[in-house]
Amino acid sequence: MMGSGSDLCTSLSRLRVSAGSAGRELVFMEVCGTHTTSAFRSGLHSLMPDNVTLLSGPGCPVCVTAQGDIDLLIELAQQPQVTLCTYGDMLRVPGARGSLETARGHGASVRIVYGAMDALAFAEQHPDRQVVLASVGFETTAPGAAAAILTAQRRHVVNFTVLASHKRVVPAMLALLRAGEVRLDGFLCPGHVSVIIGSEVYRPIVEDHGLPCVVAGFEPVQMAAALAELTEQACGRRAELINQYIEAVTSTGNRTAQLLLDEVFEPAEVRWRGLGTIPESGLVIRNKYQAFDAQSRFNLAPAEDHEPRGCLCGQVITGKATPRDCKLFGTTCTPVHPIGPCMVSSEGTCQAWFKYRGAGTCPGRTARRGQEVRA
Amino acid sequence: MNTRQGHVVLAHGGGGQMTDDLLRQAVLPRLGNAVLGELLDSGILPSVGQDKLALTIDGYVVQPWRFPGGDIGRLAVCGTVNDLAVCGAVPMGLALGLIISEGFAVEEIETILDSIARAADEAGVKVVTGDTKVVNRGNDQDIFVSTAGVGRVATGRRVSPDLVQPGDKILINGAIGEHGLTVMLAREMPEVHSRLTSDVAPLNGLIEHLMHVVPDVVFMRDPTRAGLAGVAVDLAERSGWRVTLEESAIPVRPVAEHAAEMLGLDVLEVANEGKVVIVVRPREAEHALTALRGHPLGRDAAVIGEIADVADGMCELRTSIGGRRVVQKPYGEQLPRIC
Repeated sequence: MMGSGSDLCTSLSRLRVSAGSAGRELVFMEVCGTHTTSAFRSGLHSLMPDNVTLLSGPGCPVCVTAQGDIDLLIELAQQPQVTLCTYGDMLRVPGARGSLETARGHGASVRIVYGAMDALAFAEQHPDRQVVLASVGFETTAPGAAAAILTAQRRHVVNFTVLASHKRVVPAMLALLRAGEVRLDGFLCPGHVSVIIGSEVYRPIVEDHGLPCVVAGFEPVQMAAALAELTEQACGRRAELINQYIEAVTSTGNRTAQLLLDEVFEPAEVRWRGLGTIPESGLVIRNKYQAFDAQSRFNLAPAEDHEPRGCLCGQVITGKATPRDCKLFGTTCTPVHPIGPCMVSSEGTCQAWFKYRGAGTCPGRTARRGQEVRA
Repeated sequence: MNTRQGHVVLAHGGGGQMTDDLLRQAVLPRLGNAVLGELLDSGILPSVGQDKLALTIDGYVVQPWRFPGGDIGRLAVCGTVNDLAVCGAVPMGLALGLIISEGFAVEEIETILDSIARAADEAGVKVVTGDTKVVNRGNDQDIFVSTAGVGRVATGRRVSPDLVQPGDKILINGAIGEHGLTVMLAREMPEVHSRLTSDVAPLNGLIEHLMHVVPDVVFMRDPTRAGLAGVAVDLAERSGWRVTLEESAIPVRPVAEHAAEMLGLDVLEVANEGKVVIVVRPREAEHALTALRGHPLGRDAAVIGEIADVADGMCELRTSIGGRRVVQKPYGEQLPRIC
């Protein structure tokens, strides 16, 4: 699983040598929740040179979902005829009035599913319920939702709809760069998303913004190799697009999944937490599949957007702040009592910091905010 | 009505003839023994002289009630026996409370009782009293079991986090995560065929064998719901010392590693039902390891960490790639990730 130790040593020493010659701080960003989790879980950060930082960008599906969209689905779950199917991460995200978890505690019908097809199967087994799939995620989860909608249409399932708040990763990366508020030296491009959309889509980042892009897998050894490549490019003032995840990612991606996406969804301007609205950055259900769109089935008005008071999730996922900058982090906002989504999701930066960097407090002990384990 | 062919009805929990029927036809043939057979309101246990008594209770609500490697019956015996055993107690008797949904098949109750009988036999403990109730709520697949257990603790025997000292070694009797992952797969992805089976087993035999070789075991705990992470963090907090775990030394079978990966879970945080975390003095570590490996439930035992001489009450993992990170107790409900 971990790859051979010598590969890792080679990559880490490449990283150290080039970082040593950089003579400056290098900041890279990953935009994939699985990269976030893998780096923290394996302790990769503790092995990186001091002048290299790996930030987590807008790659956690729960975290990038606008607060208004979360309010909307909690409201929908409270309708008596509705069974809301959701991915587990969404359950505890607080909305303006409680979370799906608290709604469930008050009698709302909320089911955790692992895939869109599970929700469809539940709808077929329960024709008396209005089954709504709360579908969040990037180009990775959207094809599943598209396939479920097409299957529902073929099987004439009339009690199944999708409340889609899907996002496209590249428009968000470009929006982040255009805003110019975060200085980056390169992107560690996502693995799962790239399986679907291919590696060539990052070309504009390399050519128009002069930033290196490396597509990588999720093993620590793969991430270390990608960081070494990024550091070498940054030191050499080069910007190239490198696909280091060739076992899973091709230059053009998964054509079948792309056709599915294109059939059911169309790109649209949508709102992101922390990034505002970005043109072409979302995937909304096309008019011809309106019958399966929960938004139109339940005549939902777009919810007003707001952020929890004091919560810096929006800035954390855009690299403008670290969890440590947030006054709520580790004090009022913890994995047990989360305020913002980044503390809820196991892919969220705040939860990863809290769990794996020891930034939280131990019950009954002195607060150790910001402390890391050192030898 | 012949309970043998039917389904459970409310009257089976009513304390009348139907309850007697269920007891005589399903329970006593399987769990009967001299104490239970008296059918008193309490099971009367022998005196323990100078020894101390340990008393524990646990509720079992696992869904689905049947899973690869076990079922709720086996779990309800092993969980309670293990809670006694890790306190150094020798189990003396169990009290069993069944809460069954109306409509549950009697044949399946019998399967569960068979399983309880087998597990109790394996553990060398008897069910000495019990109770059955039927509820008309929920769905007909619901069955809940409460098992209380009483055990004797030999005078002078004490295992406690207060006794833990820097340098002490931490052991586990085998591979982690298999119960929780098996149940999650059975519940969430029944279509997935996996080689994973629950590790549910009574550990009192293994623990007695260990304590025979190493009488002064310092601390023991079975890493159930919050997994190895939960026990290690508790140990750190309760002892006040830093607990250091070596990721590469922790036994995890590839099949469990892959399942955890697929479900988006950290195998350290996943439940076990046949594992025990043991702390011994450094000089006893090799003896303890040999003793564990000499028992069928400890063949894959390993030394997985130690108590560091840092009084910060934190748990640290030295990762397989040589990194370091803090381990925290999981939140409670394990939430699968989106992708």
